[in-house]
Amino acid sequence: MNYADLFRVTLPETALEVAALVVLIVDLGFLRRTALTVRVTVAALLGVAGCCAALWMVLTWGGASLSAGSELLLAGGGSASVAQAAILALTALTLLLLIDSVFTRHVGEYVAVVLMSAAGGLLIASAQDLLVIFIGLELLSLGLYILTAFNKSSGKSAEAALKYYLFGGMSAAFLLFGFSYLYGMTGSTSLQKVTERAYFQSVLGGAPLLGVALVMIAVGLGFKIGAVPFHLWAPDTYEGAPAPAAAFIASVSKVASFALLISIGSATLRISGLYVFGQFAVEVTQRAASRAGIGGSWWLLLALLSTASMIVGNLAALAQTSVRRLLAYSAISHAGYILIGLAFLSRLDVSAKAILYYILTYGLTTIGAFGVVGVVERATGSDRLDSFLGLHKRNPLLAAVLLVLFLSLAGIPPLVGFWAKFNLFAAVLGVSAGPIPFALVALAVAMSAVSLYYYLQVLKRAYVMPTVDEAPITAHPVTMAVLLVIAAAVVVMGCFPTLLSNWINSFYPVL
Amino acid sequence: MLAWTIYISFAGALLQVLLPKGKNDLARWLALACAVAGLAIAVAGFAAGMGQGRLVIIDLPWVPSMGIHFLLAADGINRVLVLLTGLAAVCGILFSWNIELRTNEFFAFFLALIGGVYGVFLSFDLFLLFVFYEIAIVPKYFLIAIWGSTRREYAAMKLALYSFVGSAMVLIGLLAAYATAGSHSTGLVALAHANLPVTFQMWCFPLVFTGFAILAGMWPFHTWAPTGHVAAPTAASMLLAGVVMKLGAYGCLRVGIGLFPHGLDPWGFSVAGIGSWRDVFAVLAVVGIVYGALVALAQTDFKFVIGYSSVSHMGFVLLGLMTLNQIGVTGAVLQMFSHGIIAGLLFAIVGRIVYERTHTRQLAELETMHLAKRLPFAAWAFVIAGMASMGLPGFSGFVAELQVLVGAWVANPWWTAAAGIGIIVGVAYTWRALQMAFFSDILPGAHTLEREHVNPFAAITWPEVTGTVLLAGVSLFVGLYPRILLDTIEPAVKALLAGGAQ
Repeated sequence: MNYADLFRVTLPETALEVAALVVLIVDLGFLRRTALTVRVTVAALLGVAGCCAALWMVLTWGGASLSAGSELLLAGGGSASVAQAAILALTALTLLLLIDSVFTRHVGEYVAVVLMSAAGGLLIASAQDLLVIFIGLELLSLGLYILTAFNKSSGKSAEAALKYYLFGGMSAAFLLFGFSYLYGMTGSTSLQKVTERAYFQSVLGGAPLLGVALVMIAVGLGFKIGAVPFHLWAPDTYEGAPAPAAAFIASVSKVASFALLISIGSATLRISGLYVFGQFAVEVTQRAASRAGIGGSWWLLLALLSTASMIVGNLAALAQTSVRRLLAYSAISHAGYILIGLAFLSRLDVSAKAILYYILTYGLTTIGAFGVVGVVERATGSDRLDSFLGLHKRNPLLAAVLLVLFLSLAGIPPLVGFWAKFNLFAAVLGVSAGPIPFALVALAVAMSAVSLYYYLQVLKRAYVMPTVDEAPITAHPVTMAVLLVIAAAVVVMGCFPTLLSNWINSFYPVL
Repeated sequence: MLAWTIYISFAGALLQVLLPKGKNDLARWLALACAVAGLAIAVAGFAAGMGQGRLVIIDLPWVPSMGIHFLLAADGINRVLVLLTGLAAVCGILFSWNIELRTNEFFAFFLALIGGVYGVFLSFDLFLLFVFYEIAIVPKYFLIAIWGSTRREYAAMKLALYSFVGSAMVLIGLLAAYATAGSHSTGLVALAHANLPVTFQMWCFPLVFTGFAILAGMWPFHTWAPTGHVAAPTAASMLLAGVVMKLGAYGCLRVGIGLFPHGLDPWGFSVAGIGSWRDVFAVLAVVGIVYGALVALAQTDFKFVIGYSSVSHMGFVLLGLMTLNQIGVTGAVLQMFSHGIIAGLLFAIVGRIVYERTHTRQLAELETMHLAKRLPFAAWAFVIAGMASMGLPGFSGFVAELQVLVGAWVANPWWTAAAGIGIIVGVAYTWRALQMAFFSDILPGAHTLEREHVNPFAAITWPEVTGTVLLAGVSLFVGLYPRILLDTIEPAVKALLAGGAQ
């Protein structure tokens, strides 16, 4: 490793940090006395420009990876680049939603924190070393805590942020503790070395400590993706955070965290082939690798988290009266579906592609959903289900967007949510058609039938039930344009599912 | 050419959404034009397809990495069902001519539903079929929930959830079949030739069959049907009973029996005379026939009588499918067509012609209105529809049910005997409803007569007459000359049974 390489590989992160500084300088230095709307627009546009620049760098030089000696630090290309591109695109969308918001006067700081968080997301998407992973996660998470608390006039926002922070701090401690065990056992922080050595240790003599370490790590990462039973922060945060911040947490942070889980899963699968120890040569097969070492209990942990998340997420969502909390529980259940894919990851990149397809489209849809909620909230003052009454009369276009997004979340074809689920489940069954993966997929499909009920509860209010208040709801043109673009993308990608999967495929080396 | 039925319907739905508010007449005529165009294409496709086997209409790769194709094809079975859909669509629009609330949205959902139905019938790719099958769920929900009556939100949600649970079962089965077959095609024909293992078929068949049969109103999963039919606006009831239930039955036949023929093989042991999934589903079908008829006999709401009669008549379809012989399955397909026409007619009379004027569906209240004199058109239309529904010779229902019963006799005489009870009860409930609603002998008092003189019922409108004549005429024509459909259905059924079962 030399510093020139480091600089080249982390150019997108650097671009985001530079953009964050520029936003701060421009907003605090030159625009202090101008109207808030101007400041918001300038800050958001500068942020979007930063994201676009970083995106361009990812697309142009994204294939490079960075190693220290023989140990990989940052991966390039493949899943890492897809996730990075997705993070940047989704961040830009959430920044555009900010233009309509009035929750804070500190727009420069807000945009800067969003950009720095996104830089953390970029880091973990490509991280291949325990320390880099931890630093990236902290960079991402700290930003998220601040963003949650950004609405200083709302008690809920502060409460949610404190809860999120406390839960987050604790889970980070668990994660670090788990990492320290791994380091202690294997003497390395490189993901690749750790998985290899853990494998041989468990084969040679069993390693109870490995199980402990993995449980700790599952706690830490389960928190990030909002998997049950580490989900308790999610409903409060989704409810209390300002709408653009909630959209950011629900999309960008999820993409980054799932990208990290893909790296960990792929690392455990990479230990197959010929290993030479002194005079012994050991041939490790794919099958053996998935039975012992990290792979041996990792899939079980993920499968348990997945089952719990699907059941609790979907059932708890049934009882919600706040649309934001409903979206939080729906996010938990979607995390449950994705975890099935992670528990049964395929050696070839089929599963990774399916998971990225899912999380990318889910992130897009959920940003749109929060956009709609934000508009309705501003007009009616609450995000209760009843605030959506008569939306089809009050703003037909917004109601149509809501219809498309929620039906996509429910997985109704020909919207993109259906293909995401279908790709994912097909990938799982393609890895293994044994009873456990099949039962998990069956549970997921059955639970998505349950989910239709609560999505329809919202749509029922928007389209069916009579309303008292028929005053039109207006949305800022930029917000409306963003929402329409998202809805159109959901429909178009649903009708032509190969558009997105071809784009994802283009990042992977041709076999 | 038949593919245009799908495109026209969806394009029509889109146009309706874009129509400015308040142009109700324009919305109606536009919807009618789309439906008539669909019907014309369906008729032309039917005529052109006579004597021909399966013809591929369009075949484009859709998701090449998974072998999913946009593959539409027509054979004898789906040509007939597309024809039925065209008829039901036109008549449904005629009978919803009086919708004034959010008219363009109503027709948008209606045409979207029709487009989905055409799509299911024409798809020859498993996943395409599934996609269209799910597209049909959402419009149903909104049609009932917004424009419905009695407990509409409950009924709409129940219908949507039953449909979605059914399609979830189907999806699980399809994913399993796709993974097990390991082929790189999801075409129905390719999967049927994938030689799925018998043990796999044994558990996948009941899953997929039940999933589809939920929508076909199979007992004991039928409960969405009466509540849904009653709550739905007339046109939606006509579509629900007329074609949506046929989607389920068609899925049972095309996917269930077509892909998993060995799922119907004997288990190798038998419990209480039931030795295979075939016996299980046949018994459920027979129970549905008798149960639906008996419950219909006990109803006090006119529309519920028709709702439960649909459960009973759909039992014949499922029984016909389970005979697995040429005559029984042919009868089942014909029964799909016949019931689609007759149920549409019955719902139109009860839900539109009578209800719009009397504003009640309670048989006890209708009894005091001596409708035979005041609404002679409705009365005589119901006499014709009732006769068709009872299965009197000369109507399409007779030919269809006779074939099903003959097929069932060949398979297991007890099924025929039990289904025969259903037919007898069927005569009884139709007769009871006819007598109570139209020809009761309770004489009106002088006061009532005077009031009726002051407020006469609105005259029968031209859309009502057109729709009634069209449906009754088709049922009569098919009853008198069944070969017009049978000649098309029979070879297709033979091919399906030869390629799949036995």
